Amino acid sequence: MQHYSGFGLLKHSFSHHENWQRVWRNPTPKKKYDVIIVGGGGHGLATAYYLAKEFGVTNVAVIEKGFLGGGNTARNTTIVRSNYLWDEAAHLYEHAMKLWEGLSQDLNYNVMFSQRGCLNLGHTLQDMRDIQRRVNANRLNGIDGEVLDAQQVKEIVPVLDCSDRARYPVMGASWQPRAGVARHDAVAWGFARGADTRGVDLIQQTEVEDLIIEDGTVVGVRTARYGDIRADRVGCVVAGNSSVLAKMGGFELPLESHPLQALVSEPIKPILDTVVMSNQVHGYASQSDKGDLVIGAGIDGYNGYGQRGSYSTIEHTIQAIVEMFPVFSRVRMNRQWGGIVDTCPDACPIISETPVKNLYFNCGWGTGGFKATPGSGHVFAASLAKGEMHPLAKPFSMFRFHNGALVDEHGAAGVAH
Amino acid sequence: MFHIYCPHCCEYREEEEFHASGQAHIPRPLDPDACTDKEWGEFMYFRANPRGIHHELWVHGAGCRKYFNITRNTHTYEILEVYKVGEKPSVVANEAK
Ligand SMILES: Cc1cc2nc3c(=O)[nH]c(=O)nc-3n(C[C@H](O)[C@H](O)[C@H](O)COP(=O)(O)OP(=O)(O)OC[C@H]3O[C@@H](n4cnc5c(N)ncnc54)[C@H](O)[C@@H]3O)c2cc1C
Ligand SMILES: [Zn+2]
Repeated sequence: MQHYSGFGLLKHSFSHHENWQRVWRNPTPKKKYDVIIVGGGGHGLATAYYLAKEFGVTNVAVIEKGFLGGGNTARNTTIVRSNYLWDEAAHLYEHAMKLWEGLSQDLNYNVMFSQRGCLNLGHTLQDMRDIQRRVNANRLNGIDGEVLDAQQVKEIVPVLDCSDRARYPVMGASWQPRAGVARHDAVAWGFARGADTRGVDLIQQTEVEDLIIEDGTVVGVRTARYGDIRADRVGCVVAGNSSVLAKMGGFELPLESHPLQALVSEPIKPILDTVVMSNQVHGYASQSDKGDLVIGAGIDGYNGYGQRGSYSTIEHTIQAIVEMFPVFSRVRMNRQWGGIVDTCPDACPIISETPVKNLYFNCGWGTGGFKATPGSGHVFAASLAKGEMHPLAKPFSMFRFHNGALVDEHGAAGVAH
Repeated sequence: MFHIYCPHCCEYREEEEFHASGQAHIPRPLDPDACTDKEWGEFMYFRANPRGIHHELWVHGAGCRKYFNITRNTHTYEILEVYKVGEKPSVVANEAK
C-alpha cells in the first residue's frame, strides 16, 4: 500500500499528482471465500477491514450493488457521539468512540474526525431530568458528559436562541465534549483501502439477488453479474435493504425501512463550531469545514425504499432550525437528499445470528449508525471470525424481540442521530 | 408529496393531513393466553417491510380522523388503491418465493 504523508504529497506534486496509485483494485470474484460481506457501506467495509487486520481472515469479499459507501454512509450527517443511556448501548458506542479517536492513524487515511462536542438541548423540566439521568449513567460508564444550564449553552453557541422569548425556551443541555463529526466518504474509503491492501476483494456494481441455502445453512450468494459465489459464512450489512435480504433467507426482521432526509445550505463563514441537537424542537445542525450548515431531523413516517421523502418533512426540519437559530432564517439551502434507514422497535441495532446457520446480520442502525461504524465493524468481524457473537454484540441479538430483552434507546436516539 | 384520497371524506387531500400508522391487516391473537413468547414477539414487533407492494394503515388525522388502508409501492411510492378497514385489497404482490 502506498503510504500517505505530507512528504508524499510534496513528492507527487513534482509529477503534477499524476502518479498516485489506485486506491483499491477492481477484482473479479473468486469462486469461494471464507467470508462474504453483503453491502459495501461503512459498516460492511469496516467489518472486512477488521476481519483482515485483527482476525487474520483475508479470504473475504465485500459485494456491493452500487459503489462503495454510496448508501446511508454517503447520505448521513456524520454526528459521532456515545452518550447513550443503557449500559449495553453505551458500551457499544463507546467502543466505537475509542476506535474513532485513533482511526486516521490506524487507517493512514484522514477521516477528518473532529471532536467539536455535541449539545442535546432540553426544553422542558422532563427533558432536563432525562438529561441528568443520561449524563449520570454516561459518567458511571466512563463516558464524558456534563449537564449545562441555559447560560452555559449560550456561551458555547452564541447564535442559538436561548432567550425566554423562544417558543420552546432552552433550559439546558447535555454536553459531550468528545463527540463530533467525521468525513463520511473518507471513512468508507479509508476502510476500503485498508481492506483491499490486506487482500479483501471489493466487488462493486454487483447485487446479491439471492442467498444460497442448503439444509438450513447458507453456503453462498447468487448474483446476476458473477453467478454463484460460495462462502463459509455470510454477513449482511445492507441497512435499509435488510428486510429484503432476510426474506431471501426465509425469515423476517423486526425492521421497517423509512426515508430519512438531510440538507445542506450554501457555504457561509464559520458560525457554528459544535453540534446542536434538539429532540423537542426536532432538528439538528452542525457546520462542515466547507462552511455549509448540515441539517437533519426526523424520518418520513411511511415505509419507503425510494431514497427520497416528502417536502413537508423538509419544511418541518427547516422550521425547527429557524426556531432554534433565527439568525439562519435567510440562509439558502443548496442540496437535499434522502437515505433509507432500517428502524428497529427499540432504536438499537441488530448484530446477530439468524435462523439460518452461518448467516449473520448487522443492521437496524436506523437513523444513527454512522457513529458506530468502526465499533460495529470490529465486533461484527470478531463474531464472523469466531462464529460466535462478540460480548458487546450479544445483547443485540434479533431474538431479543422474542424474549423481551429490549434495549430501549428512544430517549438517547430521539431526533439525535 | 402524496395526494391521498380519503375514502371517508371522498376527497383528495394533501399528505400532511394524514399519518401513516404502519402495516395493515395485523390480526390480534385469537387466544392470547396460549401465545408463546415468540408469537407475542412477532405480533408486537415483526412487520412486513417489502420493497414493492405494501398494504398500510393510514389515518386522516387532520381531517375526519378515521382510519383506512392504502396499497402502495414502497419503491416507486405510487399509491395503487385506497380501501376501507375491513375490506380486502384488490392489488396484491405476486410472491415469487
Ligand atoms: C439523512 C441521514 C442522516 C443520518 N445522520 C446520521 C448521523 O448524523 N449520525 C449517525 O451516527 N448516523 C446517521 N445516519 C445513519 C447512518 O447513515 C447509518 O446508520 C449508517 O451509515 C449505516 O451504514 P451501513 O454501512 O450499515 O449502511 P449503508 O451505507 O447504507 O450501506 C449498505 C450498502 O448495502 C448495499 N446493498 C443493499 N442491498 C444490496 C444487495 N442486495 N446486494 C449488494 N449490496 C447491497 C447498498 O447499496 C449500500 O451501499 C443518517 C442516515 C441518513 C439517511
Ligand atoms: Zn377523511
